[in-house]
Amino acid sequence: MAMKFRTLKRHFKEGLKNSWRNSWMTLASVAAVTTTLLLVAVFLALVFNLNHIASGLEEDVQIKVLVDQTANEEEMEELSEELEGLDNVESVVFSSRDEEWQDLMTSMGDQGEAWGLFEQDNPLNDAFVVTAEEPQDTVAIANVIIEDFDYVERVNYGQDFVQNLFTFNNYARIVGAVLIIALVFTAIFLISNTIKITIIARRKEIEIMKLVGATNWFIRWPFFVEGLLLGILGSILPIAVLFTGYYYIDQNMSAVNQFDFVQLLPFTPFVWQLAGLILLIGAVIGVWGSVMSVRKFLKV
Amino acid sequence: MIEMQQVKKTYPNGVTALNGIDINIDPGEFVYLVGQSGAGKSTFIKLIFREEIASSGQIRVNNRDLLEMKWKDVPLLRREIGVVYQDFKLLPKMTVYENVAFALEVVEESPRQIRKRVMEVLDQVGLKNKARFIPDELSGGEQQRVAIARAMANYPKLLIADEPTGNLDPDTSWEIMKILEEINGTGTTIIMATHSKEIVNTIKRRVIAVEGGLIVRDQHRGEYGYEV
Ligand SMILES: Nc1ncnc2c1ncn2[C@@H]1O[C@H](COP(=O)(O)OP(=O)(O)OP(=O)(O)O)[C@@H](O)[C@H]1O
Ligand SMILES: [Mg+2]
Repeated sequence: MAMKFRTLKRHFKEGLKNSWRNSWMTLASVAAVTTTLLLVAVFLALVFNLNHIASGLEEDVQIKVLVDQTANEEEMEELSEELEGLDNVESVVFSSRDEEWQDLMTSMGDQGEAWGLFEQDNPLNDAFVVTAEEPQDTVAIANVIIEDFDYVERVNYGQDFVQNLFTFNNYARIVGAVLIIALVFTAIFLISNTIKITIIARRKEIEIMKLVGATNWFIRWPFFVEGLLLGILGSILPIAVLFTGYYYIDQNMSAVNQFDFVQLLPFTPFVWQLAGLILLIGAVIGVWGSVMSVRKFLKV
Repeated sequence: MIEMQQVKKTYPNGVTALNGIDINIDPGEFVYLVGQSGAGKSTFIKLIFREEIASSGQIRVNNRDLLEMKWKDVPLLRREIGVVYQDFKLLPKMTVYENVAFALEVVEESPRQIRKRVMEVLDQVGLKNKARFIPDELSGGEQQRVAIARAMANYPKLLIADEPTGNLDPDTSWEIMKILEEINGTGTTIIMATHSKEIVNTIKRRVIAVEGGLIVRDQHRGEYGYEV
């Protein structure tokens, strides 16, 4: 499909001329792309950030193996070796009952000091903190420990929380993807139908082009250009909204945010990457919709 | 130039327009296609141009097998054939010049070549001085001449015309015929479907008569043969 430069120039000129001549159609199509991309931008920003936050939490997921209080040192040593021998385990860290007590006190803050009086009666167990290589394996590893290991009193890994987190995350991803795909196809459909209305007027031109031996690509190219233009125009507003909106939220979040585990993706490079993606989706919607609309008229 | 063997064409609605056509047309011939309305003349012309595809049989045009032909080769075939219709098929918003240049832009001719060739063919049909007019500012005969100029722009070896004088008064029709004869004189094969008894009986050429989708007569220097 080698094309001469002047032909390419002609296609661009034609495409721009047609968009200008059918300015109402152009406006309607741009509005359709803009609406879609606004929704897509919000969704993507949300999904990517949820993903980011969730995987941050996933990283923190650990299994705490509470050692049976009756276990002696030898038995504890044995357990330690067995834990380290498990597949897919990244690290096993021992934490004595005194350390556990200190951690608990610290996490309770002021109240903790009052409890400090009871230190002699420390009811806590010695513990091993096990971290999985892959956060997703956490549940499976915990189950093995519960079922197969001796000298274990209990295993804590925020069972429900971890499971829910993984499930929620997966759903968010799937729902987000489905919604975005549905939105994108709706926009393509809208555009292809809007442009089809204007093609009726250009039908004769296309027919004559075919009569004098134009290839289908020759006829398609101006529409390709037109679609590209629609896509780019349609992504301007969503990208502007994305930049200002994200900047605003990012600023406010870091001002109020005491939970350091809820970290948004950093403005740079995230917003730039997302803007690029939005532009790309816009271009695909425009080009696809536009090129699809000529399809019917190319037969014969 | 054109060879057909047992060509049949049935439209999707079940109408059989051609029902076994065998014909040979040599380079340089001038052929009239006559027959009553609905006989299958336009269908015959559309098959040559591959605007329609034959349902069965064999068609060769310019040594291309039209039934085996790939879709991407259809434009190449069309560049070798000029077409002229009863209703001219000009683009109303373009000037005469642009209408003709259009056919050359499509095949990616260089701007210099386009300018030269457009003026050449406009001269050939006697419209050099009306290059800047739009079709609405021209008479029917002049519009048909523009269409002929466009058809000739690509130096086709074959010109097919479906009732080119169908919308024109007798005087204008003769002008068009004169131009077609000149074109034929330079070696271009011409196939022309017509209902004009006067033309066929005056400018005597090969006549192929079609009836009910079959060739019923094929005469050199023939007559129209139907009462009007
Ligand atoms: N696109 C089509 N779809 C279905 N039937 C068609 C189509 N084109 C033509 N026909 C039918 O095929 C038959 C031949 O038509 P065609 O147009 O070839 O006749 P014609 O000889 O050119 O007639 P005329 O002199 O009136 O132009 C007719 O019965 C017509 O109704
Ligand atoms: Mg006809």
